[in-house]
Amino acid sequence: MERRTIFGQRLLPVVLVAPQFLLTLIFFLWPACQAIWSSLTRQDPFGLHSQFAGLDNFVELFTDPLYRASIGRTVFFMAAVSALSMSLALFLAVFADREIRGRTIYRTLLIWPYAIAPAMAAVLWIVLLQPQVGILGAWLSRHGIAWDYHLNDAQAMLMIVLACAWKQVSYNFIFFLAGLQSIPRTVLEAARMDGARGWHRFRTITFPLLAPTSFFLLVVNLVYAAFDTFGTIQALTQGGPGKATETLVVKVYRDGVVNLDIGSSSAQSVVLMIGVIGLTALQFRFLGRRQLT
Amino acid sequence: MAHAGHCDDRGGTASNGLTGTGAGFMDWSSHCKRTVTVASYARSTNQPGKLLMKRRTLLAATVAAPFVAVEGSLGQSSKIQVVWWHAMTGANADEINRLARAFNESQSEAEVQPIFKGGYADTLTAAIAAWRADQAPHLVQIFEVGTGSMLAAGPATKQVWQLAKETGVDLDPAIYIPGVRGYYSLADGRLASRPFNSSTAVMWYNKDAFGAAGLDPEKAPATWSELIAAAQAIKGKIGTPAMGAVKFPVTSSWMIWVQLEQYSAIHDLPYATKANGFEGLDAELKFNGPQQVKQWDRLLGMAKQGLYEYGGRDTVPDALFYSGQAAIGFGSSAGRGDIVRNSKFKWAEALLPIDPEVNAHPINSIIGGASLWTMTTKQRTEAEYKAVAQFLKFIATPEQDAHFHQTTGYVPVTFAGYEKSKADGYYEKQPGTDVPIKQLARGTVTANSRGLRLGRLAEIRNILYEETEKALQGQQSGKQALDNGVSRGDRVLREFQKSVGG
Repeated sequence: MERRTIFGQRLLPVVLVAPQFLLTLIFFLWPACQAIWSSLTRQDPFGLHSQFAGLDNFVELFTDPLYRASIGRTVFFMAAVSALSMSLALFLAVFADREIRGRTIYRTLLIWPYAIAPAMAAVLWIVLLQPQVGILGAWLSRHGIAWDYHLNDAQAMLMIVLACAWKQVSYNFIFFLAGLQSIPRTVLEAARMDGARGWHRFRTITFPLLAPTSFFLLVVNLVYAAFDTFGTIQALTQGGPGKATETLVVKVYRDGVVNLDIGSSSAQSVVLMIGVIGLTALQFRFLGRRQLT
Repeated sequence: MAHAGHCDDRGGTASNGLTGTGAGFMDWSSHCKRTVTVASYARSTNQPGKLLMKRRTLLAATVAAPFVAVEGSLGQSSKIQVVWWHAMTGANADEINRLARAFNESQSEAEVQPIFKGGYADTLTAAIAAWRADQAPHLVQIFEVGTGSMLAAGPATKQVWQLAKETGVDLDPAIYIPGVRGYYSLADGRLASRPFNSSTAVMWYNKDAFGAAGLDPEKAPATWSELIAAAQAIKGKIGTPAMGAVKFPVTSSWMIWVQLEQYSAIHDLPYATKANGFEGLDAELKFNGPQQVKQWDRLLGMAKQGLYEYGGRDTVPDALFYSGQAAIGFGSSAGRGDIVRNSKFKWAEALLPIDPEVNAHPINSIIGGASLWTMTTKQRTEAEYKAVAQFLKFIATPEQDAHFHQTTGYVPVTFAGYEKSKADGYYEKQPGTDVPIKQLARGTVTANSRGLRLGRLAEIRNILYEETEKALQGQQSGKQALDNGVSRGDRVLREFQKSVGG
């Protein structure tokens, strides 16, 4: 069913759309164009000397083995965060979907982490995992496990994956829960009558019916892991040790804001922008088509 | 929840029943667009550190920040307003505010407004962004490694000699201690920025732990071999009741600054060609010399034997010392305030240990800290510059300099401030507080001990941290770490040279 509001004249809709359009123009499109322009120049931090550099910045990026390593690291990180947060959220949602006492409270509590600012979430994880003073970290150290994410690539990666996935569980949980609730009870009843139970019913009925939700969440999670985890990573590891947790977005910040290499940082932003456009196109294409049928 | 928009039906089946939660496509698309704007965002607002702010905050900040910082105060009084951005926190920030208050009370024409701008790197970025938007503060505190970038900033700054000439206010460079002055001067001796909070690297040690290990608490290890012997003695006693909280023999804050830059300076080893960059933008890094490699291998070896705890970058290991977990801690002399406030044991401040076989007559260490740069905008008036010059003159008076030195742990930057502290009896009352000054004044300044003037030095330090962290995990040797540091760092220097048109 399609609902459509009909405006009698042209002016009103234009006026209504204008604020959002202006905001988008000033805060997104204009800076984006500037980023594209900057990516084609070489300039000093103060902008005193600016020379057109063509695609030099991009050539330097892709010939830099450190940048290529950062791409690989980011892909791994995105996959790990999405897999962990989605599976955990689905697990929790399946249980919260049952008739249990106080489930409203239970559901509300699960949504809390989403409201925590990234830097605060990072501090919580530091309190847990810091090798000397962290509750869990100190416990591990005492029991002979050499836990020190300041100096262990794998442990640092594990830590940021845990922290970032944990933060996204709530979001995924809401969607999975809604997805589960929108599955017609009659279908499930019918399956039950046919003798499908437990895991089998989940695998053959529930999970396929959740597919659109899952796909939507997958894209959202990938985008989240790629871009919105900056605050958490910066507060936890600043990209270290070495470059072990330097994802693309952390590198953009490092090169642009700390190292003031505007040209290269802009080029990296443009590369990221292309990535996002790709993901968005994918999302619209698949979900859009699904809705038409 | 900080969502930018509400749910759109295009969310498909996923959004069933969820229109009220505020989660959905708009939120998601704002994630995407935010990433695009990094570089230009750094220019268009004054808070580039908070890169991924939610959109609403971003909007508010962009609109409000420049006005709050520069124009917000104009209406309040007819006095000339001088905006001063700084990067100090805690006790040091209190002292900044006190300086401004003292100046404001000392005369009636101008008013200095100190504004905290975040850490050193944030403050530098904010100043650059502000200048590009023609909203630069009058004065900004820039850390010593940002000096190279600021010197290349041309019309964005008004160097001290220029300010003195234009305003007629006497800002004599000769009042400053040479080791401090040299760092912020041009090759011909003209002063570029006003020396402000200057510290140097020192060694702190826990006297109680020394006693427990059977070492003489009154005698700090003077050489690296004595230091290793002391560390081994301490390690042997870790876990005994007398040793208390001590878990590590040695740690170091600012590992690159203390263990490589300062080590090179006091042993008169070159860090880069062209007199460590003072004589040209085409300097090349030299810190992978055999003596520096030996120093790095020694630290890596100590880490392996459990004598040296890395702890983290920059100031992170500070807490390991003052919490009593590390018996010996290297760090900035400006860390004194924190140690006084937090430590529950007897401690002392000592000179950096030396390698007599590398250089039996060690010379001066170099300074860290920051200086004050005068910045320009198109509409800035002569009267404003004059007020800035008068403020710079005011804080260099012996009373203000001595007060700043005695409350913060930074060294006095003027001779008169040092003499006044001596006359006050400060060094008798607080033994050890003259260690940094003695170390800075030791021997004759050479091309290797004048300081470092390299563009994007902060980035080179980070590269060295990265390479060293790899070496500490056993992925490469000390030599490889320093070699990689040189080759990656040289690339950064060439990039900087190209970008400033050198």
